[in-house]
Amino acid sequence: MREVGEEVRTVVGEYGRLSVDVSTLSEGSSLYEAGMTSHASVNVMLGLENAFDIEFPDRMLRRNVFETLGAMQAAIEELMSVELTAA
Amino acid sequence: MTETPAQAELVAEAARIGQQIAGPAAADVDRDGRFPVEAVSALKEARLLGAGVPTELGGGGCSLTELAAMCEALGRHCAATAMIFAMHQIQIGCLVRHGGGSEYVRQFLRDLTAQQWLIASVTSEVGVGGDMRSSRAAAEVDGDALTLCKDATTISYGAQAEALLVTARRAADSPPGDQVLVLLPKSHYTLEQTGNWDTFGMRGTCSPGFKLRASGRAEQIVPGTFADIAAQTMVPYSHILWASAWTGLAKGAVAKTRACLRAEARRRPGVVPAGAVPLAEVLTTVQLLEHSVRTATAEYERLTSVPEGADVLTSVGYALQMNNLKLSASQLVPDIVTRCLGICGIAGYKNDTPYSLGRHLRDAHSAALMVSNYRILATNASLLLVHKDT
Repeated sequence: MREVGEEVRTVVGEYGRLSVDVSTLSEGSSLYEAGMTSHASVNVMLGLENAFDIEFPDRMLRRNVFETLGAMQAAIEELMSVELTAA
Repeated sequence: MTETPAQAELVAEAARIGQQIAGPAAADVDRDGRFPVEAVSALKEARLLGAGVPTELGGGGCSLTELAAMCEALGRHCAATAMIFAMHQIQIGCLVRHGGGSEYVRQFLRDLTAQQWLIASVTSEVGVGGDMRSSRAAAEVDGDALTLCKDATTISYGAQAEALLVTARRAADSPPGDQVLVLLPKSHYTLEQTGNWDTFGMRGTCSPGFKLRASGRAEQIVPGTFADIAAQTMVPYSHILWASAWTGLAKGAVAKTRACLRAEARRRPGVVPAGAVPLAEVLTTVQLLEHSVRTATAEYERLTSVPEGADVLTSVGYALQMNNLKLSASQLVPDIVTRCLGICGIAGYKNDTPYSLGRHLRDAHSAALMVSNYRILATNASLLLVHKDT
């Protein structure tokens, strides 16, 4: 199974409509500065929910959560650990 | 320099200017499609253009709630004046809430307040199809120097403004959505008008297209991303102040309608006019509209008074709420005015009676178009694919 960070990068590359190659971005690079629009970020959110079989709660649907690859990874890992605890 | 009066007095003064100055000139402004110079001069004289500037910078220190009350009060008498005032305060709001860390912006606000400058917004652009969050023009910075050229499809009161707040890409190599706001006093730009403003409503807002050519310094870029400024300030201020101006417009139409019915009732006491029950129905809609705007305004005031609020303002949920306010207000207002016309009948249909509603109805139809409701609905539709309502 792929590592979370790798999967996030793949989804962003596919749906983020970046003006640069996603492989050139660090975990802290601003995706908005790399060309991701608000509309594209919604598609990224959907892609991530599908890839990880999770749902982002509304409190996580804010700009800074989807600003960087690292922020998205942290959000996903938080949701996945909550699921593990509940199970 | 005279001391700025208390905020409540400023709201009362806006109402007075609406009734005594904007109102009497409104038909003329509309007929000729001219700038409401009488009302704006009065607003300047009353120092109301600085109403939204903090008192420590010489302004009126008015809250968004008070600014909304002013927009509504003006809207009762002249929707074009109310909209110009609203657009101006929206730019001020952005500068106040996001430019505090810039001495250039702070000094500009002091100067604007002292001189009572009028500031206009340049977010539209040829080739971007009405998407405020996309720019072709870029802030070209070379060392300390800044140049900016932008072909705007519309700049409301652009020719009359003494300053502009302009969206542009952050740098020449920035993608379309990576935008900043650039603050330009009049000495820093030229405007070449590119079309006319001959519309069937909001004629006094004087909003033709212009080609902007500007030069200045890098410090004129407002700190922060336009994405954050838009979500946290420009969009909420826009939707709340526009909805307030439109509410005023609706109330102005209703006031005329009520006067028309009372006059009819007095002529024939005992005979209930046919429009009496329809008027009662209209009032339920007016109350809905009013409460919708007040709730949104109070919620925004609450969110901007707590530290965690800034984050909420950039959330999908809040964007949906703000869009819903604009969507519903822009639909309710022309509906209210149309029903008022039905109640007033021929007296409202004629252009030369005390109950004329032609201008009100024409102005009301601008609401669904200034940012197209279809564009906003498409945005909401997309956001609803991820929003859970939890």
